Amino acid sequence: MSSNRYKVVRNGSSPAGFSEIPVLGYELFHEEVTSMLADERYHCLNYSCFRSGEGFRFICVIADDGSGEIRILSHIKKDDGTPLRSLTASCYAMHIFEREIYENHGVLFDDHPWLKPVRYPHDRADRLSVMDNYPFYEMDSEELHEVGVGPIHAGVIEPGHFRFICNGERVLHLEIQLGYQHRGIEKLFVSAGDGLHRALLSENIAGDSAVAHGLAHAQLLESLAGLEPPVSLQIERCIALELERIGVHIGDTAALCGDVAYQLGQVACEALRTMVINTTQFWCGNRFGKGLIRPGGSNFPLTEESAAEILRVLEEVDRRYANVTDCIYSLPSVLGRFEDIGIVTRKQATSIGAVGMAARTCGVPRDIRATHPFQYYRKMEINPVMQETGDVLARGMLRALEVRESVKIIRRLIENWRNCAKETGRPQYDLRFRPDCLAVSVTEGWRGEICHVAVTDNDGKLVMYKIKDPSMHNWMALALAVRNQEISDFPVCNKSFNLSYCGNDL
Amino acid sequence: MAGFILIVVAALFFPGVILRTKSIASGRKGPGIFQPWKDLSLLLRKGSVFSDTTGLIFKIAPSITLATVIGAMLFLPFAQQKALLSFEGDFIMFAYLLALGKFFTIIAALDTGSSFEGMGASREALFSMLVEPAFFILMATFAMFTGYTSFSVIFNHFFITGNDYVLIYSIIGAYLLVQITMIENSRLPVDDPKTHLELTMIHEVMILDYSGFDKALIHIAGYLKFAIYGSLIYNLVVPAGWNVILQIGLFFAVQVLFAGVIGFTESFRARNKMNKNPKFILTLSSIALIAFMVILILTEKLA
Repeated sequence: MSSNRYKVVRNGSSPAGFSEIPVLGYELFHEEVTSMLADERYHCLNYSCFRSGEGFRFICVIADDGSGEIRILSHIKKDDGTPLRSLTASCYAMHIFEREIYENHGVLFDDHPWLKPVRYPHDRADRLSVMDNYPFYEMDSEELHEVGVGPIHAGVIEPGHFRFICNGERVLHLEIQLGYQHRGIEKLFVSAGDGLHRALLSENIAGDSAVAHGLAHAQLLESLAGLEPPVSLQIERCIALELERIGVHIGDTAALCGDVAYQLGQVACEALRTMVINTTQFWCGNRFGKGLIRPGGSNFPLTEESAAEILRVLEEVDRRYANVTDCIYSLPSVLGRFEDIGIVTRKQATSIGAVGMAARTCGVPRDIRATHPFQYYRKMEINPVMQETGDVLARGMLRALEVRESVKIIRRLIENWRNCAKETGRPQYDLRFRPDCLAVSVTEGWRGEICHVAVTDNDGKLVMYKIKDPSMHNWMALALAVRNQEISDFPVCNKSFNLSYCGNDL
Repeated sequence: MAGFILIVVAALFFPGVILRTKSIASGRKGPGIFQPWKDLSLLLRKGSVFSDTTGLIFKIAPSITLATVIGAMLFLPFAQQKALLSFEGDFIMFAYLLALGKFFTIIAALDTGSSFEGMGASREALFSMLVEPAFFILMATFAMFTGYTSFSVIFNHFFITGNDYVLIYSIIGAYLLVQITMIENSRLPVDDPKTHLELTMIHEVMILDYSGFDKALIHIAGYLKFAIYGSLIYNLVVPAGWNVILQIGLFFAVQVLFAGVIGFTESFRARNKMNKNPKFILTLSSIALIAFMVILILTEKLA
C-alpha cells in the first residue's frame, strides 16, 4: 500500500525508482514527518540529502515497526542559502541528521536547538568552524567546574572528547564531541573502483561490527542489482551475525566487570570471548569475521566441519557464560555498581530515537530482525529480549539474555542449513545496478540497527551512499544517562552502551 | 633497628605477592615476585618530565612523601627490641608523619592544575580525613588496655597483661588495620590501583603527572607503607616475648599472608561506588569505637 506522499519499500527488497518517489513541498514534508514520528511505532532510519541539479534532493527514510514497511519521503530545496524550518524542534530524534546535513552541505535549519556539525571533515561546508574554536556549552557559576576528558584516553579506545560540567562529584551536563575518526568513508564508497574495494570498506566502517555493516552493504548492493541470495548463503550470513553478537556481548560483559574492578568476572568472560571469536576465525580466517560477508556469494561457504565446531563451542560457551553471569549479577558489590546507575527512561529513549540495545533496555521493542526481517530471519520468529529499567544492570542483563537467545537462534539456523541445498556461490564484485533508483538496507548488528542507503544515477553508478550506525542516535542516550550521576560512574555507563566512535565519525 | 630492616625486606616482596595472588586467582601464572621492583629499577634510571604549570611543590613532593614514610618506619618496634625512635605518644607522631606525606601529594596534585588531579586530591583528602579517627580510636584502645602510649611499650605489654580478651582485641585490631591499610594504600574496595579510567581514580590520578625517578619514589613509598602496616599487624598478633628466630619467620609469614589477603579480596569483589566510600570508612571508626567502649567498661574506667 503506497500513499501519494511517500513510497513504500521493504527491507532488502527491490529498490525504489526515483520517478516513484513523490516530491513534497517542504511544509507538507515537515507535517508528514512530524506526524509520523509522533507515533512511537515509527522511527527515522536516515535523513540526508545530495546535490541534484541546482539544488538538494532530501531523502527521509522512516521505518514502520508495526507493519514492516519502510517509507521514503522526499523534498527538493534550491541552493539559495535560505534556512529550512527544523524538524528537531518537534522531534528530537532528527537532531543528528539535521546537524549532519548542515555539516556536509551548509544547509541551515531555523529553530534547531543546537546546530553544530557532527564532525569536522576536510570538505565541510563551513571552513571557519574548527575543533579548536568550538564553543562548548558552558554554565556560569562559582560552584561548578568543568572536566574535559579526551580525545586521547588512557585506555585502548577510540578518540572522543567528553566535556562534563560538574557540581562536585555530580554531573550536571555532558557534551560529547566526536569526529576525530572521520575518514570520509561515504565518499569512498561512491568513488571506489570495484565491488571488492567497497566490500572491504564496508567491513571497516566500525571494526566491532564488521559482519553487520558488511551484511548491510552486501544486501544493499544485491537489492540494487536485483539479486536474491540463495537460502544457504542467507543462513550463513545470519549465523555470522549472531556469532558476532555473542562475541561482542561477552567481551562487553568482561569490560563492564573490569570497570568496577571485578577481576573474576572480567577474566572469565575474556576467556569465553576468545573461544567465540576464535570459532569465527576457524570458519573464515578472521576473528572479527572480516572477509566473510561479500555481495552475491561467499569466499568461505559454511562446511559441515565448521558447523560442528560452532555448535561444539557454543554448547560450552553457553553453559559457562550462564554460570559466570549468574555469579556476576548476584554479587552484591557488583550489583551496587550497576543497579540504578545511568538510567535512561522510556520517554527519553523514544524521544531521542534510541535504537537497538539502548532502546530495548528501556522497554522499547526495536529489533530489526523482528520488525523488518532480512535474510533468513524472514523465515524465523525472533523474540526481542527486553529489559525495563534502563540502567547499567539492564544493559548488562540484556547482553546475558541475548547471548542465550543467539545461541538458540544459531542452533536453529544450523539445523535449517543442514536441510537446505548448498548453493552458496563465489562473491560477485561486478554487479550491475539498476539506474535512477534508491535502495535501503537495514540489519540488526549487536549494537542496534545499521542502515545503508544508496542512490544510483541514470548510468547505474552510485551517486550517494549513506551509512547510519546505531551509535549516531545512541550517543545522546549516554549523555542523558550520566546526568545527575556521579562522575566516577561515567566510565561504567559509557562501557554499558559501548558505542562506536568510528561508526559515528564515518 | 631490626624492625626497620625487616620492613625494608618485606617491602621488597610485598607488591609482588599481591600481584601474584591476583594472577593466580584469575587463572594466570603471573609475573615474578620481584617484577614491581624490576619495573622500579627501570624508572629510577629515567629522568622526570615536568609540565609547565607545575612549580616547586610538585618537584619536592615525592621526596617528602618518601622521607615521611621512612620517618614513620623509625617508630616501629620489633619483638622486644625498642624502636629507633620511641617516646610517649609516638603513635601520634607516626600517624601525622604519614599524613604530612599525603598532604604534600595532595597539594602537588593541585599544583598541576589538572581537573582530574583536583578531583583525585579532593577524594583522597576526604577519605584520609575519615579514616583518621579509626586509627586513633584503635590506638587509644590499646593505650587504654596496656596503660602506655608508645608503640614499643604498648606492643611489649600487649600479650602479657594476662587478660583473656586479648585475642579478641588482636583480631579486631588486625581486621581494622587490614582495612585501614587498604584505604591508606588506595586498594579495593575504596580505590582501584589497576584502573586506567581517570574519572574513577583516587590515588592514581594524583600521581598521573609524575614520571621517571619521581614516580619511582612514590611507588617505593607506597610499598614501604604496606610493609609498615603489615609490621603493625604482626606486632598485634605475635607476642613480643617469643624466640627471635621464630619471630623473624613469623614476621615474614604475617607479611605474606597479609599481602595474600589483599590480593585475594581484590580478586573476588567489585569496587565501591564512590559515594558509598564515606559510609564504608566510617564503619571502621564505629567498630574501633565499640572496641574502645568495651575496654573502658572492662577496665572499669567507666563507672
